[in-house]
Amino acid sequence: MSLLKYESQLREPLVDGNKDYHQVTEDIIRPIEMKPSRLWYIGFYISVALLLFGVYSVYREVTYGIGQWNVNKTIGWGWDITNFVWWVGIGHAGTLISAILLLFRQGWRTGVNRAAEAMTIFAVMCAGQFPIWHMGRVWMAFFVLPYPNSRGPLWVNFNSPLLWDVFAISTYFTVSLLFWYSGLLPDLATVRDRAKTKFRKMFYGVASFGWSGSTKHWQRHESLSLVLAGLSTPLVLSVHTIVSFDFATSIVPGWHTTIFPPYFVAGAIFSGFAMVQTLMIVLRKVFSLQDYITVGHIEAMNKVIVLTGSIVGCAYLTELFIAWYGQNPYEWYAFKENRANLFSPYGWAYYLMMFCNVVSPQLFWSRKLRRNITVTFFMSIIVNIGMWFERFVIIVTSVYRDYLPSSWSTYYSPSIWEIGFYLGTFGLFFTCFFLFAKYFPVIAVAEIKAVLKTSGENYKVKMTDLEKIDAEKFYIDEVEHAHTHQNLKF
Amino acid sequence: MHTLIRILNFEFNIMAGGIKKFVVGSFDDEKVLFPAVKNVRKAGYKIHDVYTPFPVHGLDHAMGIRETSLHTAGFIYAITGTTTALTFMSWVFTKDWPLNIGGKPNFALPAWIPITFELTVLFSAVGMVLTFCYLCNLAPFVKKHHFHPRATDDLFVMAIECTDKTNDAEVQAFLQKAGAQEINVQVAETGWWIGRYHKEQKLYKEEKGY
Repeated sequence: MSLLKYESQLREPLVDGNKDYHQVTEDIIRPIEMKPSRLWYIGFYISVALLLFGVYSVYREVTYGIGQWNVNKTIGWGWDITNFVWWVGIGHAGTLISAILLLFRQGWRTGVNRAAEAMTIFAVMCAGQFPIWHMGRVWMAFFVLPYPNSRGPLWVNFNSPLLWDVFAISTYFTVSLLFWYSGLLPDLATVRDRAKTKFRKMFYGVASFGWSGSTKHWQRHESLSLVLAGLSTPLVLSVHTIVSFDFATSIVPGWHTTIFPPYFVAGAIFSGFAMVQTLMIVLRKVFSLQDYITVGHIEAMNKVIVLTGSIVGCAYLTELFIAWYGQNPYEWYAFKENRANLFSPYGWAYYLMMFCNVVSPQLFWSRKLRRNITVTFFMSIIVNIGMWFERFVIIVTSVYRDYLPSSWSTYYSPSIWEIGFYLGTFGLFFTCFFLFAKYFPVIAVAEIKAVLKTSGENYKVKMTDLEKIDAEKFYIDEVEHAHTHQNLKF
Repeated sequence: MHTLIRILNFEFNIMAGGIKKFVVGSFDDEKVLFPAVKNVRKAGYKIHDVYTPFPVHGLDHAMGIRETSLHTAGFIYAITGTTTALTFMSWVFTKDWPLNIGGKPNFALPAWIPITFELTVLFSAVGMVLTFCYLCNLAPFVKKHHFHPRATDDLFVMAIECTDKTNDAEVQAFLQKAGAQEINVQVAETGWWIGRYHKEQKLYKEEKGY
């Protein structure tokens, strides 16, 4: 066992400070047991206000129809689908952290995975709103489901990317929720067993499903997490691939591009990590979790941002090159005149996107800037703005000048209710996130404990002696000892 | 409501393990726990279970618990999803209501890959989580006997089952020697029942009406 607990001194500790198991529980559970701070209330009320404004905007849209928005015959998707793709993309970072990094055995994920998974679930909830309310006659939304009906039965079109989206998003939401909640069970049991008040005993008693921490249960839990991670990894890639199919399978110049699936997935992870940074930097400060979400964590995520940002930049240039190289006059016009021409109506959006997504993340090649919290925070906002504009550019600039020049004059800008709907999803997202941060452990307590003795700061110091001992003695003491444990047969 | 819960509990009681006596020892370090598990088993005592705040790798091997086959169940659910999606879409588009979509083939297998994949993942994930909850007796409103409240915090709690022949004092002394911090004897229900955690824990026998 002790061999498994050895980790090189060269690696930065994942948990700072002098912690033991109980201290970890204390640090992470304490915010749940305290009254929320003034700042929490202010943030929560602002979120609820935004949510209510969103509800009113949606009410206007449902009552008076899609005409409440400024979308028109050529720009049918506008802000609505831009926001949908943006929110779905944000969700992807949570799954990347919880699933892909689990498979890659990245220890640092334990500090941020719980909150990032929560972010995924709330982001997908927000994303789902847009296609649903865009239907206009939303009371018929259930028509997208293949259920036996009295119209034949007339089934849905399984060959349509929009229907693939229905399956992809709902599966993604369900699997993310199951993954998140099955991971939460042991931590909710920890809160339950410490609870002093009647409400907490009851609430966490029900929520923790009677978890006891039995060895057999842990064994199954480990197996479940691993398989769910294995399932979520292709799932997360498939979801944004399918979202990109909404565009790529059409024959609209600017959308009809085979590079879309990998380009969208990279962009999704890019924007998602930016959102994780925004949330984590605030979270660690508000709940004093600097020992668990360390500068090392921030740096690791910034590395992912610079990587995915560069992939996205590469994709932008590739599609521009292919548009020229392909010699399709309509395709080339969409790229040259509608986007790359700075003086075209939406040229500014294209260059804003280029600046935010491709140029600005390059700052993170510098280690000093990667480890700077303020720079990271501003950069995360810039990246989120940039990624929103990426979707806006793809959706609007591809269609605002279609094959019929008589409809070219339309300059699309959103109505107040379109903006209100978008703000409303921010309200929904942050209302959920504030409640999550108040009532649930924001860091996976059990997972931190599992890495504490390999990667905790105070344990790493103790390992220094181990590094100095003779290799042969080390082998006899540690390796053979470990083997005898493995071979126990009774 | 209360009566209903009592009736349900009475029914489930058949599934529960019954009331047993345990010697419970808690350890504060997994380095001490491992040799202790080994020695307790060597001495011939029956370990009911070890409760840990986080998954301790290798503990299941040390206790002689066999590997879980949950992932096999996951695979079976996955192929069920694949088959469901493919047969349903084929039936709809070739038999029940063939639609002419731009003269393309009705059996459009490549176009069905996304939905087939999604349903594979969905069936597998949902099925596995439900199986996991079923096997571990996890559900809202389920209540169990917990041997030590700090088993989910920082203690590794070993419960040794006592039979008629077991000498409690001997087991306690044995655990003491093995390095346990707190040792006590508990009489407890081994199964689960419907209940909530803000009320006092009671054994079935002590509850009125049984």
